[in-house]
Parts: sequence; C-alpha cells; structure tokens
Amino acid sequence: MTDYTSLDIVQRSASTEQPPTVRTKTEVAKLIDVSKCIGCKACQSACEEWNDLRDDIGENIGVYDNPQDLSAKSWTLMRFTEYENTGGELEWLIRKDGCMHCSDPGCLKACPSPGAIVQYANGIVDFVEENCIGCGYCVKGCPFNIPRISQEDHKAYKCTLCSDRVAVGQAPACAKTCPTGAIMFGTKEAMIEQADERIIDLKSRGFENAGLYNPAGVGGTHVMYVLHHADNPELYAHLPKNPKISPLVQLWKGGFKIFGLATLAFATIGGFFHYVTAGPDEVPPEEEEEAADAADHHP
Amino acid sequence: MTNHWADIKFADVIVVMGGNAAEAHPCGFKWVVEAKAHNNARLIVIDPRFTRTASVADVYCPIRPGTDIAFLNAVTKYLLDNDKLHHEYVNAYTNCAFIVKEGYGFADGLFTGYDEALRDYDKATWDYEIGPDGYAMLDTTLQHPRCVMQLLRKHVEPYTPEMVERICGSPKDKFLKICEMIASTCVPDRTMSSLYALGWTHHSKGSQNIRSMTIVQMLLGNIGMLGGGMNALRGHSNIQGLTDLGLMSNLLPGYMNLPTENEPTYDSYMRTRHFRPLRPGQTSYWQNYSKFFVSFAKSMWGKAATAENHWAYDWLPKLDVANYDVMRAFELALDGKMTGYIIQGFNPLMTFPNRGKVNAALSKMKFVVVMDPLQTETARFWQNHGDYNDVDTASIQTEVFELPTTCFAEDEGSLSNSSRWLQWHEAAQPAPAEARADMEIMAGLHRRLVDLYKKEGGAFPDPILNVNWPYELAESPRPDEVAREINGYALTDITVDGTPIAAGRQLEGFGQLKDDGTTACGCWVYSGCFTERGNQMARRDNTDPGDRGIAANWAWAWPANRRILYNRASCDPQGRPWSERKKLIEWNGAKWVGFDVPDYGLTVSPDKEVGPFILNPEGVARLWTRALMRDGPFPAHYEPFESPQTNILAPKIQGNPASRIFKRDLAQLGNSKDFPYAATSYRLTEHFHFWTKHARVNAILQPEFFVEISEQLAAEKGIVKGDWVRVWSARGSIKAKAVVTKRIKPLMCEGGPVHVVGIPHHFGFTGTTKPGFGPNSLTPVVGDANTETPEFKVWLVNIERTTAPVGKPVA
Repeated sequence: MTDYTSLDIVQRSASTEQPPTVRTKTEVAKLIDVSKCIGCKACQSACEEWNDLRDDIGENIGVYDNPQDLSAKSWTLMRFTEYENTGGELEWLIRKDGCMHCSDPGCLKACPSPGAIVQYANGIVDFVEENCIGCGYCVKGCPFNIPRISQEDHKAYKCTLCSDRVAVGQAPACAKTCPTGAIMFGTKEAMIEQADERIIDLKSRGFENAGLYNPAGVGGTHVMYVLHHADNPELYAHLPKNPKISPLVQLWKGGFKIFGLATLAFATIGGFFHYVTAGPDEVPPEEEEEAADAADHHP
Repeated sequence: MTNHWADIKFADVIVVMGGNAAEAHPCGFKWVVEAKAHNNARLIVIDPRFTRTASVADVYCPIRPGTDIAFLNAVTKYLLDNDKLHHEYVNAYTNCAFIVKEGYGFADGLFTGYDEALRDYDKATWDYEIGPDGYAMLDTTLQHPRCVMQLLRKHVEPYTPEMVERICGSPKDKFLKICEMIASTCVPDRTMSSLYALGWTHHSKGSQNIRSMTIVQMLLGNIGMLGGGMNALRGHSNIQGLTDLGLMSNLLPGYMNLPTENEPTYDSYMRTRHFRPLRPGQTSYWQNYSKFFVSFAKSMWGKAATAENHWAYDWLPKLDVANYDVMRAFELALDGKMTGYIIQGFNPLMTFPNRGKVNAALSKMKFVVVMDPLQTETARFWQNHGDYNDVDTASIQTEVFELPTTCFAEDEGSLSNSSRWLQWHEAAQPAPAEARADMEIMAGLHRRLVDLYKKEGGAFPDPILNVNWPYELAESPRPDEVAREINGYALTDITVDGTPIAAGRQLEGFGQLKDDGTTACGCWVYSGCFTERGNQMARRDNTDPGDRGIAANWAWAWPANRRILYNRASCDPQGRPWSERKKLIEWNGAKWVGFDVPDYGLTVSPDKEVGPFILNPEGVARLWTRALMRDGPFPAHYEPFESPQTNILAPKIQGNPASRIFKRDLAQLGNSKDFPYAATSYRLTEHFHFWTKHARVNAILQPEFFVEISEQLAAEKGIVKGDWVRVWSARGSIKAKAVVTKRIKPLMCEGGPVHVVGIPHHFGFTGTTKPGFGPNSLTPVVGDANTETPEFKVWLVNIERTTAPVGKPVA
C-alpha cells in the first residue's frame, strides 16, 4: 500500500542503492494507552472496514480474543490477559496487537526481495505486495511476530499504519474510531508528551511502574504503548521486554551475507584460475585411449 | 438521565453499578475516561463479573446478583452513621423533616397493609400526617420519631458492613473503601455520578434498586449538580423516545396514565390528578395535568374531542388490569385469549422470559405479523433447526406475515438518547426492495381499518373513525408532520401571558398549553421541539460557551431544552451556587440566569421558598415515597425469585412480595438443590441485541455463543475452557462453549459460596454468527412490581460438560 512517492522512502528491502534524502518528513507515531482501552474492538472493526478486509468467522475457544491470531485479513487484534497482581487484585490487561513500525525494522532487514518492504521518512514501514515473493522471512525477522502470509495470494500482510490515510493528512482508521481516545495519533514528539501526562496520572493511581513502551532495541517504534506495568511488558500477552532483531537475521543479512558472497566470489575466481592453470594440462580419457591405440598399431 | 453524557466529565466519583457502561456504551463511556484523565475522577465498579468497565476502574467490588439494595442501604447507613451528608441540601431540599402518619410501619420484610393473597398493599398508611392547614406537617429538628429522617435511620439499621458480606458476598474492606470514596462527595465542591442500566432494572425489585441509589445521591446533595445525578444509560437508540411517548400499555404520551375501568368518567379520572401542593407555595407542576391531557386529546381526535364529550374520554381504552405488559400478553396467548400479535421491531422468541412458553404461545395464535428489517428467530419460530429450535412444524397452524421495514439508516426522524436529547437524522439511503417505513405500514393498516369499519360497521367504530389524521398523504405521513403535531399548535387564535398566538401556529412550549380545547399537543414534554423557528431537533451547533459540557444549540432536550434536571438544587436556598466551580445557574436579583435553562420559575425569587423539585407536590425530593411505589416507600432487600439463599432479613419471603406472578409461572420456579448456581444475563460490546449477528464484521469479533464460569466452578465440574457445556433451569436447556475466567469468583455469602454463571445475549438460529441460544430459554416469568420488567439478571441453573448441539440445515 504505497501512496507515497519514491522520494519518501528512506529504506528499501534487499537494495543497496542510496535512498533519496532531499525531502524531510516529521516522524509520526500511534500511541496506544492500554489504561484507557476498554477492549471494545472498534479498532479491529475499523481496520477491516477501511482496508476492505473480511476475515473468516471463527469459533469461540473459551476466550474473548476473536479472531485468535493476526492473519493476512486481520491486521490488528485485541489480546486479553487476566492478571492477578502482587496485591492480590485482578487486572484485565487488554492490548491492541499489531505492527510496531520499528525504526530498525527486522522484517525489512530479513526480506530478500528488493522493494517488497519499504520504510518512509515518517517512520511507517509498508509492505509492497507486488514485489513480495511470499518467502516468510519477514515473519522470522519480526521481533513481535506480526506479518502473516496469505493462503490466497502468498503475499505478506500487516498493519500499514494507514499509510494511505496519513499521506493525505488523516489519522489511521483505528485512531479515528477509538471511542475512548485510547489510540492517539500525531507526531512522535507529541505522542511522547501525551504519554508523559498519562504516566503521571497512572502513578497517582498506584501504578508505580507505569511507563512508555518505545523499545530501543529496534531503534524505537512508531507504535508505542502506555503500560500500567512498563517494567513487565510480557504480562501483556507476551509483548517482548527487550525486542531486537534476531541475531540470526543480523548475521544472515550481515556477516553471513558477506561471508557467503566472499565464498561465492572466491569459488568463481578460484575455479577460473584452476581451469586456466591446470585445466589445459589434463588429458581427456578418450585421447589417452586414442594415443594408446595409435601406439599399439604402429610397430 | 437527570444529567447528560458530556456532564459525566465533571464528576469526581463515578459509580458504575447495575450496568456495564464501557461495554454497553463505549462511545458515551469516553466521558468517564475524560473525567478520569482531566478531572482526577475515581471510577468504582460494583458487579457480579469483572467486566471491561472494571478493567479501567480504580476499585472493583464483586456483588451477588440481586443484592444491590442491601449494598446501597448499607451505604446510606454509613453516610448517616458517619454524618457524611450535605446537611443544608438535605434539610432544605428533601422530605427528611416531613412527619409520616401514625400506622405506617415496616416489620419482617413487609410494610403495613400487605395482602398476601393479592400480593398487593393497601397503601392508606403510606402518607404524611396532614395538619389542620391542609399541608403536610414537618419537624425541622428531625427528632420526631415519625419524621422521614428518623424512619430512614431505623429502616437501614440492619444493613451493616457485616450484613453486606453475608448477603452480597462483597468483602467488607472493599465495601468500606467504596463508602469512603462515595462519602467524599457530600461536600458541595465534589459530585458523584451514578451510571446504571439493565443490571438494576431487570430485577423483580428493579425500581427499588434505583431508589436505593437515589436516596444516597439525595443525602450527598448530588442531584441537580454538575457532574452528579441519577443517570440511566438507555439501550436501544430510541428507547428513551419509546417511554417518553408512552408506548407502555398503561401510559399516555408524556408520562400520563391510561385510565382504568375504575375511572369511567373524565371527572373521576381527574379527581386523583389535581396534585395540590403539600406545602405552602409549592409549584407542583403536575397541577397542569388537565392542560397536558386535553391538548393530547385534541391532537388525537381533533374537532371530535369537545368540552361536551369530555374530550372524547370515552374513546380511550380503560385498563381492567394494571398492565398489559409482555408477560401478560403471552400468558393470555397461551390461554387462547390473544389470538393475533403484531410484532414491530422486536424479537420475543429470544427476548421474552421462558422461551418455551413464548414458543407455545406463538404456536397457539391464529396469526403473527413481524415488522422488521432483519430476519428474526420470532418470524421463524415454527421452523425446526434441530437442537437450536426443536419444534414440530407440522403441528403449528399460526400464519406468519413478514413485512420488511426500513432500518434506522433508511429513515428520517428523531432519536431520543439517554441525555433526553432529541436528535433529528436524515435517511442515508432509500429503502431496499419492498421494505417500507414503519410509519407507512401503520398508516396503511389504519386507513384500511377505517375503510372496513365504514363498510362493515363494528362493535365500536367511533375511536377509529374519529382519529385525527391531518397528513398530506393519508397513507404516508411524513416525520416532520408528526413532529409538528407532537410539539403542539394553537387551534384558534389564543393569548398566553399577554402574547397573542395565531391559529395554526406552532407553540413554544408546554407553558402555552390550555385545557379548554384551544391547543393541541401530542406529547407535552416534547413541546418546544418543533416551533415556528423550525425543527429544533436538527440544530447542530456544538459551541459550549460556559465550558460546562452544555451545548444548548445542539439538537433539543426535553423538557424545554433543559440539559440538567433539578438544576435549581445546584444553588442554596438564597440562590447562590453551592460551589462556584460547579455553578450552573444563580439568582441575579431579578431572575435566574446561567449556563442551563433554569428548572424553576424564571422570576421566582428565593425568598418565596419554593422548593427545587417543582414536579413534586412537596416541592422537595422524596427520601420516603408515600404511596407512589407498589412495593414500598423505602427500598427493602428481597431475594430474587430464584435464589441460592433465603432472605436473611425476612426468611419467609420469596422474591418481591408485591411482584405479580401467574400461577403457571410460580409452579415453574426452580429450587437451589436442583439448580445450585446463580445465572445472570448481559450484553457484549461486539453486538447489539439480535441485529448485529447478521453483520459479518461483528460476527468476526464475537462469533459464537458462550457462557462464563469461574475457574473454581470449572474445576468442580471438570470443565476446561472451550469445552461444550449444557446449562439448564426449571424451564429450559441450552448448550454453549465455556469461557473459564478469573473475572468471576465464587461469592462467600451466608449460605456458602455462590457460583455465578454468566450468559450473554446476541446469538440465535438466524444470522452470520455460529448458531446459538439466548439466556431467555432459561429465565422465569416474573418482573418488577412497578413496571413488569422481567427478572433477567438472576435465576437458578445447573451446568455440566456435554457434546456439541446438533443443528439442522434449513433451506
């Protein structure tokens, strides 16, 4: 979903070309305040409607989460966790799951298909499905387990942070719909300020470890959470505490790639030299036989 | 609501009890979130389940379903014992000082005058002592043993924190913490907003549930205040409109009463409706009843209603029983006494108690007409869907007519919301295929009946032939035409307070209504909604000049565009606001001015000592309600009709002693041995009643019927989350998936741990969701003693693990 021009792209999967740097854009962010979220799923509904998606109708497996997981047709999902806190009180932690739009995106790094994943100057990470080969590396590369491959067209899909809406100055559909204002959208700077206010309020209500989730391990994210328990993000349906791109991906696209390319190069050059130096000295078996025959037939 | 949605952002304490505001009203709930974020408000949730509202609350307290009165009477006792009252407010604005006549009393769970056979009270002793001057007597020292304040103290005496634990299963420390927070709003600068809904009304003592919180709010001085009030969160978008226009079987528009057969003449009807003030100089605004009634009669019958025929009083039906509510309707149908039923925009098979009884009754009728935009289970009650509707089609002779109607987006008209705002809306698109607007269908039926009566005569054609039908197109009245009728207009040239109004002109408000036949008005409380200045309901100016959450030019609120009822009570007896921060109106020396339409005579000076509650003959709010409620002038704790526990305070009484229950339904009540668990029913955010199961996106969000049980009950029964379970009561049996949760815990009550089984609505055998059942398959046929609203919020069930239900594909 790219309604942006190539001038907006600051990173492009599997590409070594220098991206354009003439144009500047302010970084945007979506702030999800879990303490204001009532788990109504209006955001899920808005995302389906805006993006013309219709997921399958599942079944109830004994929880409020529906569908049970993200998919190529459900790009956001409320995940419900019942948590009995240290004071013995019950908390129902409801987190809106979806792409975090990392500054250092693992999906983009892992992707082998040029231009299938792009990052814009405003921070949005978008999939360009027409360039996608459906290999699934992005799923492995994502520290948050977000992208999903479609069974129908074998392309990868995820939240676009409504890049099409943002491109024309509108907020994402989920933010617009959220009835309690739990989802806010604006510049990253403004969202951090918002979050600060909220954290002060939460601390006044006894949540001593309230804080902002904007993990440095992926360079910070353009989807951030205000959490009651920022010291323990894992409580919120396994939100990773210190997310970073898997060292395997780092290595595969980093050291291994260089090593692999070097090996390939060495093998090619080595093979050429071997042929040039040792190749012509080898006598093919047929000529050996011919020579043996000739020797036998000339007394 | 006495207040309104945006007002909630000014509350300092918000109590959500008897409702689940975040789940049922996610958009309106934003005002609670605002109050927390920008007014440092604290949210308290008291509920049998830890709901999504509880998930954002500061304090959550569990409560056994059906025990709210015990909890709230105990809060009242706490306030009285700890002297946490707004004294000046209570003394000046409530009936605390009124002396009750000798003979009134309460003992062993019953008020004086009870007749067990009739399940009714002779309420003669439930009144004030009247002095020689004809007015109620007071003791302003509040020491007289029969003054309301002393009676209240005595009445709530048994409701200690320990009693709350024993009856409600609510932990004492939580209860006391909540009392502290509530008590903090007894000072003028702090207010509390009570948000409630069906969790209070769907009980056999629903009205008294609400009463018990009203008493608390009066003692705290929170009525008529910014961020205060008793705030009923209505369900359907126009359910407020339904009640305002009197669509209950015993009402006329504007909360007037349909006459009973004991009132055969207009004079006999009006004799009990003079509403003379009970204290000197009080307004007692219902004294104008005859103006509202006669104007209504003129709008109904036009020229045919005259002074000579007493405004066609004889043409109004006279009730031979208190109420022709839905439970009575199906009782009659089962007895073969009601053989036809027009079902307009509801789904009785899934929403009325005891589905088995409903099905049997529908099967006995000659015909049923279903008017609905969507496919309903009711329209298909005769169709076998295997386990989901196990009926013998061949034996059902009922003829079913389906008349497709428009849905709200294809209609023009007004919707009256919880805030009493009448908001006009346009049609977004035309009706599809053969669907027609409800008004067109009703008009069509009416015109055909008129023709038939004209041709064939009949037992009593007069009321039908003489109905006022002034519409341009008789078969298709326009919404604006009806809106104008409802507002009211002058029938001849009249003068009101010196102002001349020409014949045919729209009136400005109910203050211009007369009882001499010169004005017509369809619904007096709506008068002012469509004036000569146009459709006030269509206004969309959201400017809030006072920053009070009051946009007076956004739509139109009844009555008289007043946004906060009883706002005179926001000032002291001298006319100064109790709190400058919460100021709404004030006396400026010559008149009342401020941010809202004053709920008071505009130029009535404070020294006249006219009370703020101008509808009441007392002029003040009622802590004790005289004979106005069938089941008592104070709320008393009664157990639900099916309860896991006997009434500790009145062990011989089952349910509400004044609730009506038909013999065959009494026989179908279950006991706690066969059915040990307390079920409750409720709604989910993802769905609206039985509509949205037809919508794909909603079906994705919540696809299948489930019941919720605690981890403890699940362990006892060997149930694991996602298992199929069977839940049954004395009336029916259903199957569902099990959601096993920490959010429901066994309640430690007197008789031992009480397990709650939660059963949501929304699923049936039509629609896009997986087929399912409704809680009404299980619930008893008994309702509130005053309103006959069925008891859907607590009854007894049993539960076990089982196999999946087997449906039957239907073409």
